[in-house]
Amino acid sequence: MAGVNGERAAAYAALRPDLQAVADLTPAGAKVLDLGCGDGALLDYLVRHKQARGRGIELSEAGVMACVRRGLSVRQGPLEEGLADYPTASFDVVILSQTLPFLDDPAAILGEMLRVGKSALVSFPNWGYWRCRLELLLTGRVPLAPDLPQQWYDAPRWQAVSITDFAQFCQRVGIDITAEIYLNRGRRVRIFKVKNLLAMTAVFRLERQEGSGRM
Amino acid sequence: MFPTNSVGLVQPQTLIFAQDEPFPLESGAALSPVTLAYETYGQLNAARSNAILVCHALSGGAHAAGYLAPDDAQPGWWDDCIGPGKAFDTERYFVICSNVLGSCYGSSGPGSVDPATGKPYGLHFPVVTIGDMVRAQVRLLDHLGIERLLAVAGGSMGGMQVLEWAAHHPERLRAAIPIATTARHSPMLIAFSEVGRQAIYADPAWQHGDYYDNGKRPDAGLSVARMVGHITYLSEQSMHQKFGRRLQGRERYGYEFQTEFEIESYLKHNGDKFTRRFDANSYLYVTKALDYFDPAGQHGGSLAAAFTDSTELAFLVISFTSDWLYPSYHSKEMVKALTAAGCDVTYLDIESAWGHDAFLVEVETMTRLLGSFLDRLGSEA
Repeated sequence: MAGVNGERAAAYAALRPDLQAVADLTPAGAKVLDLGCGDGALLDYLVRHKQARGRGIELSEAGVMACVRRGLSVRQGPLEEGLADYPTASFDVVILSQTLPFLDDPAAILGEMLRVGKSALVSFPNWGYWRCRLELLLTGRVPLAPDLPQQWYDAPRWQAVSITDFAQFCQRVGIDITAEIYLNRGRRVRIFKVKNLLAMTAVFRLERQEGSGRM
Repeated sequence: MFPTNSVGLVQPQTLIFAQDEPFPLESGAALSPVTLAYETYGQLNAARSNAILVCHALSGGAHAAGYLAPDDAQPGWWDDCIGPGKAFDTERYFVICSNVLGSCYGSSGPGSVDPATGKPYGLHFPVVTIGDMVRAQVRLLDHLGIERLLAVAGGSMGGMQVLEWAAHHPERLRAAIPIATTARHSPMLIAFSEVGRQAIYADPAWQHGDYYDNGKRPDAGLSVARMVGHITYLSEQSMHQKFGRRLQGRERYGYEFQTEFEIESYLKHNGDKFTRRFDANSYLYVTKALDYFDPAGQHGGSLAAAFTDSTELAFLVISFTSDWLYPSYHSKEMVKALTAAGCDVTYLDIESAWGHDAFLVEVETMTRLLGSFLDRLGSEA
């Protein structure tokens, strides 16, 4: 078993920087729901290093199989359906990592995340990054996301969003951004003034504003 | 003699209980004595913590794995999944399977002798439910000295027993694995059951269930019942693949009422084969138990309410995309209820063309999935 543990330790060391940022914003011992948890790398990390009680929802059979192999509890299915099944405030943290641009109804999902969870952690690629702006200006082509390989014609369809877009949305619907981490080429950068220009990836902790109703 | 990953030669066993105090049934009737046929594979560990109960489907029995005789052609019904290195690894787990009440493979059923008359019960055998079947299994656990099972697993009707275990005896198990099953028969499913029963009633040899000493059994009725059932175990796609519209042993239509299509021949063959191994009255009793099963109905229509005491259990719910008998959305309803009840649920809808039978066919995926899931339980134990 030592060999297996060794492999796992290596896998932890390689946790993707944006996932590491999400993990760092997750309090120890939290009850966590990871939406679109993929192969379960983040959940596995949270369970083992943060003593989290983790659950996941994942669309692909391969993803669910990988998660079960890691000993995780994961439900197969679309996020919308899965989220609706959970009682209100049944999790401390609900995670949506790098999935925001692919959602059909982001406002509804974010609303559900903050119903089911006391807080939400959301990471997404920032189309406001200066290279994206420059690419559109200089080449006339719609820029790809800083960290995502998807072309405009690739499935699933995506919707470009910037940090400013997202922050304005949160303000409009009564969501507080209570923590923020910005990444550039996988390194954390402290650029709070010009974050929409210099950050490739944003990681936010969201909480419902005191007294705000449903979105 | 046997494949190396087989449990090999197995010994059928029997438990007789309720000789003095009758075993009360859900219907209000009681049964005395009760016989349960069972088999076990692997070794119970010193802590008695590695036992897994496997529950069989409508026409199954306690013989789930291995061989009953050195020249036995066929191993047990779930031999693909039970044995050394298989999904239920008998090197690590102590696997138990028992024949359900009402069946005809050694446990008390309508074909058993009624001690009051010295003759087979026939329809005098009390109607049994999934709940009764499971409470009889609880007695078996008590007899084997197993306080808590590592897991209860089963497909189809076996899955209903799993749900019954989880809902009514949660303190006796660590994990529940309902596969290709449903938490209640829809009217359509009751309709299929009833067509099977009507086929048996319509057979003149049935004689209101009193046929055991007549030398003639309602084989024609039972065969039709099995044919109807068998259709529901396949999928349109698997029938296309296996039979298409091919004719059996002929080039063109005969314009006559003979068995012409391969699918007809296959169904007839399976129907006939079934009459040699199953009892028509048992078919009536077991299908009735399927139709009555309704844990939500016992809780004012709320399936979630049936599982409020099951939150310490780990559930692994498995369905198959082409199963139209117990379709994936039945499992999703179950997952939804378990989630709402606060249970720990893992769910996978396995892509398969094999219809309801997929749970016996998709061995590779099942082995990986069950193996990983049981590993986790083992590591927590």
